[in-house]
Amino acid sequence: MQKTAFGALLAATTALSPLAATAQTEIQFWHAFTGRLGELVAEQVVTFNESQSEYSVNATHKGNYSETLNAGIAAFRAGEQPHILMVFEVGTATMMGAEGAIKPVYEVMAGAEFDPDAYIGSVKGYYTTTDGQMLSLPFNSSTPVLWVNRDALEGAGIDPDTDLSTWQNVDAVLDQLAEAGHSCPLTTAWQSWIHLENLSAYHDVPFATQDNGFAGLDTELAFNGPVQVQHIAQMGEWADEGKFIYAGRRNEGGANFRAGECALFTESSAGYAGIKSEAQFEFDVRPLPYWEGVEGAPQNTIIGGASLWVMEGHEPAEYEAAAAFLNFLSSPEIQAKWHQDTGYLPITSAAGELTREQGFYQENPGTDVAVKQMTTNAPTANSKGLRLGSFDQIRGIIDEELEAVWSGDKDAQAALDSAVERGNQLLRRFERASN
Amino acid sequence: MEKRVTFKGWLLPLCLIAPQVFISAVFFFYPAGQAVWQSLFIPDPFGLSSQFVGLENFEYLLGDPYYRASFVTTAIFSTLVTLAAMIPALFLAVMADRLVKSAGVYRTLLIWPYAVAPAVAGVLWLFMFNTRVGVIAWYLGQLGYDWNHVLNEGEAMGLVVVASAWGRISYNFLFFFAALQAVPRSIIEAAAIDGARFWRRFFTIVLPLLSPTTFFLLVVNIVYAFFETFGVIHTITSGGPQQATTILVYKVFSDGFVGQDLGSSAAQSVILLIVVGLLTVLQFKYIEKRVHY
Repeated sequence: MQKTAFGALLAATTALSPLAATAQTEIQFWHAFTGRLGELVAEQVVTFNESQSEYSVNATHKGNYSETLNAGIAAFRAGEQPHILMVFEVGTATMMGAEGAIKPVYEVMAGAEFDPDAYIGSVKGYYTTTDGQMLSLPFNSSTPVLWVNRDALEGAGIDPDTDLSTWQNVDAVLDQLAEAGHSCPLTTAWQSWIHLENLSAYHDVPFATQDNGFAGLDTELAFNGPVQVQHIAQMGEWADEGKFIYAGRRNEGGANFRAGECALFTESSAGYAGIKSEAQFEFDVRPLPYWEGVEGAPQNTIIGGASLWVMEGHEPAEYEAAAAFLNFLSSPEIQAKWHQDTGYLPITSAAGELTREQGFYQENPGTDVAVKQMTTNAPTANSKGLRLGSFDQIRGIIDEELEAVWSGDKDAQAALDSAVERGNQLLRRFERASN
Repeated sequence: MEKRVTFKGWLLPLCLIAPQVFISAVFFFYPAGQAVWQSLFIPDPFGLSSQFVGLENFEYLLGDPYYRASFVTTAIFSTLVTLAAMIPALFLAVMADRLVKSAGVYRTLLIWPYAVAPAVAGVLWLFMFNTRVGVIAWYLGQLGYDWNHVLNEGEAMGLVVVASAWGRISYNFLFFFAALQAVPRSIIEAAAIDGARFWRRFFTIVLPLLSPTTFFLLVVNIVYAFFETFGVIHTITSGGPQQATTILVYKVFSDGFVGQDLGSSAAQSVILLIVVGLLTVLQFKYIEKRVHY
């Protein structure tokens, strides 16, 4: 009896739903957010769906960044691709190389009222061709900053307001912390992103040739230059002396910092939500330190995060829906709320202005550090971003080589030389696959 | 004299093996064939274009010192996992076999870990040995040992071996236990009357009689260590520190699904297929001669 009732219900809903949906164009949006971020994305989608009746967006979580990209690729091969796919910045070159699989955002937005110049330069540049065409829509972008546990500094007899803007100053503070017996003076998340990729941009030295890959697929890695070697050597020394504690390849160090064990922590500005909710101590956000004496430093830091790609192979009406949704996402109100909730950058100038007007920066001092760090200087060829194929895997190689430095198996020069050589092989294979 | 039961005609036997042949064809021969085919190309991730490169993917791999090092890592890893999964299992089975009372309870408890999926087992062990909050890491710290599998290669290898072998002990235990029950009591009693003590009886009588089971488990455990430990490695070390725990199958994953380099990844699975095939042939050719059925 129950079975028949259920069957009838099923039949009724299946029969009814197309009727209800005929008026709406439904599109699929695959993203990589869970937890609080997942809820916030779901909220954006609901707001969009309720704001109009023509289109309906269906958001699905597909795992972490790498898994989402893989799901998108596998779906494309099977002809089942979503309309909008979230791809992390590391996958940008892979997506750009996939002509025929993607529909560039500037084409999608051709009919809609959309101004790509509303996006701040250093964010837009990452996802734009060299001739200025926007290929994917920036979504969540962050940049590394220095997080400071003020209580830990005070406990070691250091003025918590001490200047930490240069690595020279940080070095002195690390000495004092170690002398005071602190067990974890400095830790980091995302070592390659912060201590090589951003280090290079911030000091205006190339990470790779051909404008970090923007100017061509025949790019070669170049992060074994003197600035990077000196920095990694210094960190290796700190690791050896117990001043830098390596916690893992991803953001494992975050748990140590939030628990109050570590005094200084280099991590994404998007670490804000987690640190704010968990930290039982006074904390500060400071700009990422730079090496004083390096010409051109501090330049600007580069972004991490993801952008939204529109996939090829759908109906014109569905592209209209995608355009409407992307336009909605880039509106100042949505962007400002996202920035304030998450610590991701306000990626349009209007969203930054709106946040300032709302008094958010005054109430939450330090939340604008990342914005300033990104926007004070106009990006150069070395600080526009990175566009390298197989980059997720190159980061894996960099992680391995850096671990050899932290454990004392290799010196900085040898490790970075080896990472460059191994990474170049992958770049050559990527170049061949894309031709 | 061997007894043989044969079917008359061919239709019935064909029908009986058809499902197995079908399943093997769909889930093994077809994908394996695809892998061999793909290994001759460098495709782009989206399958929009691909170039025929012949055996170049293999040349590239075998010329890569890191890939060759991964063979050594795999050999060490699978040997350790197999030993760590079989020896304790045999010991536990022998002990459980001696129990007169409540053997059933022990047996049930000992089988439980087998129900835990490798990835979950990895997370459990990672929790215990987490350098910051791990219980065991903390105790080791109290004893003055600074546990750090995040940077220490030996400790990382030890941890993934233990985590991989743990659930497997249960599986091996079951087989050893069943085999022990099948050892004729009369032989053991006769030896006991002749004055042979427990361990002597174990090494001279029980162990040789267990050899078919041991051989079977050896093959199965090596295959397990080669292929199914992926989840453990992925959750605990992701192949690190440096490349200390990057076994062959993990490299297939990271080149294929992180690097999107499907040509190299396919070539690696072909190599892996050949290695495991050869290993199994060798085992049957040499070790099986020592097995008494």
